[in-house]
Amino acid sequence: MDFSTFLIQLLNALQYGLLLFLVASGLTLVFGIMGIINLAHGSFYMMGAYMAFALTALSGNLLVAILVGIALSVLIGFLLEWALFSRLYKRDHLDQVLLTYGLILIFEELRSLLVGDDVHGVPIPELLSASIQLSETLSYPVYRLFMSAVCILLAIVMYWLIRHTRLGMMIRAGSSNREMVQALGINIDLIYRIVFGLGVTLAAFAGMLAAPVSSVYPGMGNQVLIICFVVVVIGGVGSVWGALVAALLIGLADTFGKVIAPDYAGLAVYVLMAAVLLWRPEGIFRRI
Amino acid sequence: MPLPRNKTRNYLPLVLLVLALFPVFGSSYYNELIAKIMIMAIFALSLDLLVGFTGLVSFGHAAFFGAAAYSVVLLSPKYDPGNLWLVLPAAVLTGAAVAFVVGLFVLRTKGIYFIMVTLAFAQMIYFVFHDTPLGGGSDGAFLNVKPELRIGEKVLLDLNEPMQFYYIVLAFLVVAYVFLRVLLRSPLGHALAGIRSNEHRMQSLGFPVFLYKLASFVTAGGLAGLAGFLSACQYGFVTPEILSWHQSGNVLLMVILGGMGTLNGAAIGAFAFVVLQEVFSALTKHWQLLMGAVIVTVVMVLPGGLSSLPQRLKGLLIGGGNRNG
Amino acid sequence: MEQGFNRRRFLLSTAGIAGGLALPAAPVFAQGAKKIRVGLMLPYTGTYASLGTAITNGFKLAVDEGGGKLGGREIEYFTVDDESDAAKAPENANKLIKRDNVDVLVGTVHSGVALAMARVARETNTLLIVPNAGADEITGPLCSPNIFRTSFSAWQPSYAMGQVMADRKHKNVVTLAWKYSFGEQSVAGFKEAFEKAGGKVVKEMYLPFPNVEFQPYLTEIAALKPDAVFVFFSGGGAVKFVRDYATAGLRSSIPLYGPGFVTDGTLEGQGEAAEGMLTTLHYADNLDLPKSKSFKAAYFKAFKMQPDVFAVQGYDAAQLFAAGLAQVNGDVGKRADMIKAMETATIDSPRGAFTLSKAHNPVQDIYLRKVEGKENKFVSVAAKALADPARGCRM
Repeated sequence: MDFSTFLIQLLNALQYGLLLFLVASGLTLVFGIMGIINLAHGSFYMMGAYMAFALTALSGNLLVAILVGIALSVLIGFLLEWALFSRLYKRDHLDQVLLTYGLILIFEELRSLLVGDDVHGVPIPELLSASIQLSETLSYPVYRLFMSAVCILLAIVMYWLIRHTRLGMMIRAGSSNREMVQALGINIDLIYRIVFGLGVTLAAFAGMLAAPVSSVYPGMGNQVLIICFVVVVIGGVGSVWGALVAALLIGLADTFGKVIAPDYAGLAVYVLMAAVLLWRPEGIFRRI
Repeated sequence: MPLPRNKTRNYLPLVLLVLALFPVFGSSYYNELIAKIMIMAIFALSLDLLVGFTGLVSFGHAAFFGAAAYSVVLLSPKYDPGNLWLVLPAAVLTGAAVAFVVGLFVLRTKGIYFIMVTLAFAQMIYFVFHDTPLGGGSDGAFLNVKPELRIGEKVLLDLNEPMQFYYIVLAFLVVAYVFLRVLLRSPLGHALAGIRSNEHRMQSLGFPVFLYKLASFVTAGGLAGLAGFLSACQYGFVTPEILSWHQSGNVLLMVILGGMGTLNGAAIGAFAFVVLQEVFSALTKHWQLLMGAVIVTVVMVLPGGLSSLPQRLKGLLIGGGNRNG
Repeated sequence: MEQGFNRRRFLLSTAGIAGGLALPAAPVFAQGAKKIRVGLMLPYTGTYASLGTAITNGFKLAVDEGGGKLGGREIEYFTVDDESDAAKAPENANKLIKRDNVDVLVGTVHSGVALAMARVARETNTLLIVPNAGADEITGPLCSPNIFRTSFSAWQPSYAMGQVMADRKHKNVVTLAWKYSFGEQSVAGFKEAFEKAGGKVVKEMYLPFPNVEFQPYLTEIAALKPDAVFVFFSGGGAVKFVRDYATAGLRSSIPLYGPGFVTDGTLEGQGEAAEGMLTTLHYADNLDLPKSKSFKAAYFKAFKMQPDVFAVQGYDAAQLFAAGLAQVNGDVGKRADMIKAMETATIDSPRGAFTLSKAHNPVQDIYLRKVEGKENKFVSVAAKALADPARGCRM
């Protein structure tokens, strides 16, 4: 591998890692703050991608589709939290795992009933459709760079939201002690609803943002789900920074694994995980 | 609160009788189905030891089941029957050994984290079989001839014979059930119950909690290995999908569906789960929607599982219903 | 009708499970009706759901054209969703064979599932017609008098592509495919023809199925600068790869080729990125054949959509079965005569007429097609009456 190829692969790794971070960030938030293992997180990603497809087809504009999609996702998140999850907080984690397991099946079938089982593409917006020439033969689509920029921006916004706002303070307090926060007169139910809505929206947004690159197909949620869990395990439950670091590490392991030892590329990520867990059983970063 | 134990156990001889007589009347397809249910029941029992009796919610139990199933195929000669004396213990040991190694990692974590990490490790083992040439990659591998038990020239048991296979499965189900009953009454069983209700107290009382948990984990892995062995022998075919997280989710669902923490519950759950799948998939091509709806409903309104149903109904009739129970 | 048989199946299965399970329930119901029992084991959920539906539609269209009958007898369908899950394949096949006592088993799309089905079919001596799955083994080492295929072997379209690419003066080629048997067999078929014609495969790259993170491989290709790339993916993976390939700017400098699956049923998603791409398959969207035209019209009338290659394969599965049944006047008991008739039949397929090889795989023309708009348009015949070598078949 010559040096310029190495740099391009590095770019690939970063770009993949940042997208992974975006998908996993919602998972780690819901997980860390509410203590819910949300298996349906991949379904929300899929839902987002399909919304991008359907709404772009309707409106002809990805930006409009994303804005409408975000509004819909928030609504769906609130609705699910109100109808199902809010009734389970006092129960075992196991019940929540199973609930979300059931939701996966339901969402996948609803997708099949509503949109069908075909593969669809979502056009890249005109404005971002150019590419940059990187080497003699290879160019890099601007949209991929744009995606990375959005991911970085969101990471900063989330950091600011959790560290420097009143809502963030309440969220952090709520994650450490639900009852105490409630006793202090903070509406913890509302906080949980917001966090869950945020989790759903982040996953759906990742799906919408990735749709023009990934295309839209049945079962696409399950593919990202497990790798997102690995991100959370490596990064540490509930830690947004941890998720970022872990996602980038996974991006590197996956990309260079594919180049150096293609037969074992799928394993590279898990070897990384085992190594981290040996070193720190609860992930790299422990708290929000 | 607990159900009068004697009463439920009175049904057991009857259930056993029905299972023993079933093949006399059943067609070959339903014999296979019942055999499958019994295999799943062993699998669910093994998980219940962890979830229901030790308080360890493992979301990676399919890894032990699957690794054992693969060991059967890998250890059997290509065109001759494998030796049951060798293959069966090897499969159980494989399940236990994988559980031992994974346990060393995952038992250092607790609660919700434990769920995640078991899932992640199971997924790692899934990829070992999926991506490496070890077991035929994502295409899976075939067991051309099933193992048999022979002494000298005489074949005592031949798993290729559906009838013999059925009764072997039934025998192993009974063995697994009795084994767990005995285990749970032993000092180890009491210690596990103690860990389940209050791990810190057990720790401060000087119990080697980690070792106990590891023992439970390894035992469950071995039993899951037994189920995996039987499953590989039933269909003569293994693919990485038998280690997938869906499989781990399904067996967890069986335990919950039946009601965790009761051995009968695990078996009932396995039965109910397989039958529901069978019935729903005959109904409509969108059968997974129904499956999902059942799961959500059970979680929302029936936290004690199916085996708590009689008592709940009684509660409803007599006491006006204690819905939080 | 669909509703009807589903309800009956529900009754059967509940009666069987919940009730005494006294007897094999199905034959009791069926006596006197004397319908031919057709078992469709196809994916109706998951990634390949649309393919399963197309095959089912094609099969039923052929039956309906015969007035709902094959060989003078009415048809009763039994369906099982195989979910493209190979782990459940033996069990699902047994459902149809042992529970529903079907006379013929039709399926499936996924090669891993089909291989498991072929084993069950051999063990139980059930007539099996494979309407898609291309694993070479099915009409190779696993070949059997009771196993037929109306689609293709992985080897066929790829072998034809090897000749095409050599003819187009490409010398150094990189291949990329999913690492599972169909992907590996496609590459092997291509390599065999391409290297025989003097070309050289510089590098064979594989990625785990169904991984779709292609960027590292595209970077590798750009660094290797081959004359051309031969690729196999399908469904969502094919859509994403072709789009990624185009946006990486490789399309203009390094032409991309593949077997037809890369551009079949995926053009809607691939859009402009696939325009002009050359692929090889036993079907093209605008074949100038009377049978092709009448089939397309009838299919559109019945299902309000355009048929694809999968619908054709399902249609031909029914035609092949009909040819066998006609010979014995619908008496499936005369198995040997029926198989003889199927072996020697010439199937008037919408892809062009074909016969079967000794191993029961179609001997068929492979077409070179070019993507124009939303269609794979016929360019030329890449290989005339190409027969799979059926390696390992002892029949």
